Amino acid sequence: MSYTLQFGQVTGYLPYLAGGAWISLQIAFLAFCGGMVIGLFGAMAKTFGGRALNHLVGGYVTFFMNTPQLVQIYFIYFALPDAGILLTSYEAVLIGMTLNAGAYLTEIQRAGFESVHRNEMEAAETLGMTLMQRVRYVVLPHIARVLFPPLSNQYILMTLGTSMAAIFGVEELTGRAFNVNAETFRSIEVFSLTAGLYIVVTLAATLLLGLFGRFMFRAKMRLY
Amino acid sequence: MLARIVAEAPEFFSYYNIVFLLEAMLATFALSAVGCVIGFAAGFFLAVSRRTISVLLLPLRALTAAFIEMFRRIPFLVTLMMVFFVFQVLGLDISMFSVALISVCLIATAFIAEIIRAGLESVHRTQWDTAAAMNMNLIQTLRYVIMPQAWKIILPPVFSFFILFIKDTALASQIGVVELTYAGKVLNNKGFSAALVFGSILILYFILSYPLAKFGARLEQKLAAARNS
Amino acid sequence: MPQLEILDLKAAYGQEPVLENITLSVEKGEIVSLIGPSGSGKSTLLRVLIGLLPPIAGEVHLDGERIDYGDKRTLRSLRDRLAIVFQQYNLFQNMTALQNVTIAPTKVKKRPAREVEEEAKTLLSKVGLGDKFDAYPDELSGGQQQRVAIARALALKPEVLLLDEVTSALDPELVNEVLDSIRLLAAEGMTMFIVSHEMGFVRELSSKVAFMADGHIVEIGAPARIFDQPEKDRTRDFVSKILRH
Repeated sequence: MSYTLQFGQVTGYLPYLAGGAWISLQIAFLAFCGGMVIGLFGAMAKTFGGRALNHLVGGYVTFFMNTPQLVQIYFIYFALPDAGILLTSYEAVLIGMTLNAGAYLTEIQRAGFESVHRNEMEAAETLGMTLMQRVRYVVLPHIARVLFPPLSNQYILMTLGTSMAAIFGVEELTGRAFNVNAETFRSIEVFSLTAGLYIVVTLAATLLLGLFGRFMFRAKMRLY
Repeated sequence: MLARIVAEAPEFFSYYNIVFLLEAMLATFALSAVGCVIGFAAGFFLAVSRRTISVLLLPLRALTAAFIEMFRRIPFLVTLMMVFFVFQVLGLDISMFSVALISVCLIATAFIAEIIRAGLESVHRTQWDTAAAMNMNLIQTLRYVIMPQAWKIILPPVFSFFILFIKDTALASQIGVVELTYAGKVLNNKGFSAALVFGSILILYFILSYPLAKFGARLEQKLAAARNS
Repeated sequence: MPQLEILDLKAAYGQEPVLENITLSVEKGEIVSLIGPSGSGKSTLLRVLIGLLPPIAGEVHLDGERIDYGDKRTLRSLRDRLAIVFQQYNLFQNMTALQNVTIAPTKVKKRPAREVEEEAKTLLSKVGLGDKFDAYPDELSGGQQQRVAIARALALKPEVLLLDEVTSALDPELVNEVLDSIRLLAAEGMTMFIVSHEMGFVRELSSKVAFMADGHIVEIGAPARIFDQPEKDRTRDFVSKILRH
């Protein structure tokens, strides 16, 4: 074997790759926010809604949780044009990731709602709190503390998940890694640098989210 | 869209295509299943050694910790590319299936090691002390005392991980592994409509994943209710 | 020759010393009780003796043979001859009472299962659990669990038994059933180290009582002397406080 690692050629692309990491974080953030909205409605529908609504949301969650995100995006990108819906690759990826996130976030938020115990509500009621006060001082802080850790975790998983956008030509971190690889042919260097960036970005996210959760919600979270 | 699906359907569901799809489905299942079995063995070894290696071997312990931490933070697609290029550079001629399998093993090892670590920690420290005071060695302690108590904490998340990877291995289609997603791309290139092809592929994944997920949920309930034995 | 001899033993948790200058010898069949305020190092001494916390200085001799706690083989032979019962019983939660007692003799000592099982049943009956062979720890009361733990330790046929505050975690009405089991052993001549807060019991059974504080043995002597005519002020303080209530 006569391959020698040469990072020199690749390190010049570091700012370009780091810019890609920023785009990855943005895609993850957009999809996460969209997924949170879907998840909030989904969780409320499952908790308070009637039977039909429950089944509808259940079907959506079950389908998206049991099929690969990649194929979901394939369907959106390649099959929807047949029905007259034309999307750019970026839009297709974003819609696919949002719908996928919506399913997972419905489940997470529903579990959070269910964790509010009846006796906690009753205790608050005996203290003479109004409904608004109960929601503001008891229910919301409780839900925030219970939900923040799994939501943070989901956000980090989604950041890793954005790498499949590269397959559709979106130039986020992995997409840019493919570009640099095509220019330099230093494959191992490029992809280990890329892996390193993912590690750094997700470590930073874990740390920041962990600190935020600990101080804001007294949530039990790891910082690394 | 619908009219086209109906028109193409008879040709699409030919004997040849069905066998092709079933074989691809088997490859998808095998990638995840074999990867998780190997990942379980390796992850178990890492988790136990991380707990028991003496202070003298601290660097080794740091290394296993770094491995576990790293491979949980690299996207599957990037791991796939790294493994692919490493073998290319080494000049070793292995199948794309093997490349994908090795990638799954690496990630499964890291994730399952972490799951097993949490499981081992769920058993109170005094149980280890007691076993040590009774002269049990590491293997006896794990086999008779720790694992019987830890496996109900360990099994459900490991099973979830296995199901998760049935779906995540779709990315292996990128390097040409003939699994379910790749089969879809092949059929799509043959001219079948994307809606028909990828709709079918989605359904096939669902058929694979859903019963396992249901079984996993049942397993979790059963284990949570079960006595420690 | 004393059966167990401890010379100038020292132990630490990290940088913090928890035992210093521990010197003590025990003849065969003697019962040594360790008393003193919590945090004085009584339980730590037992942990050191059974090899759960390696000492940093000093010597322990068992039947004249020096124990090297750093060496796996001598540690094994030490644990063959010593057994410990913990404050929190520490029964294996995944096993029945009978399995808890038989596991080490069959799997560690590789003795025939049938013979071990007969012995275990006898032992469990002896501590009053003849009807609880198949009960799991979470189906037993604290006192019953502790008696299983004693039977488990005895099944190893130890030469010396270490009892670490075996009644502290129990409800008052359950204390006596456990103490009765220990009295039975004392009558059979078992050498024992007992850490206990049951002063009446300590006084009744012990051959020697050692009063410990801050990781040291402050005073050691016959129970009557330690309780009635302590030499050191600290001992007097402790004894008067504890006997008052």
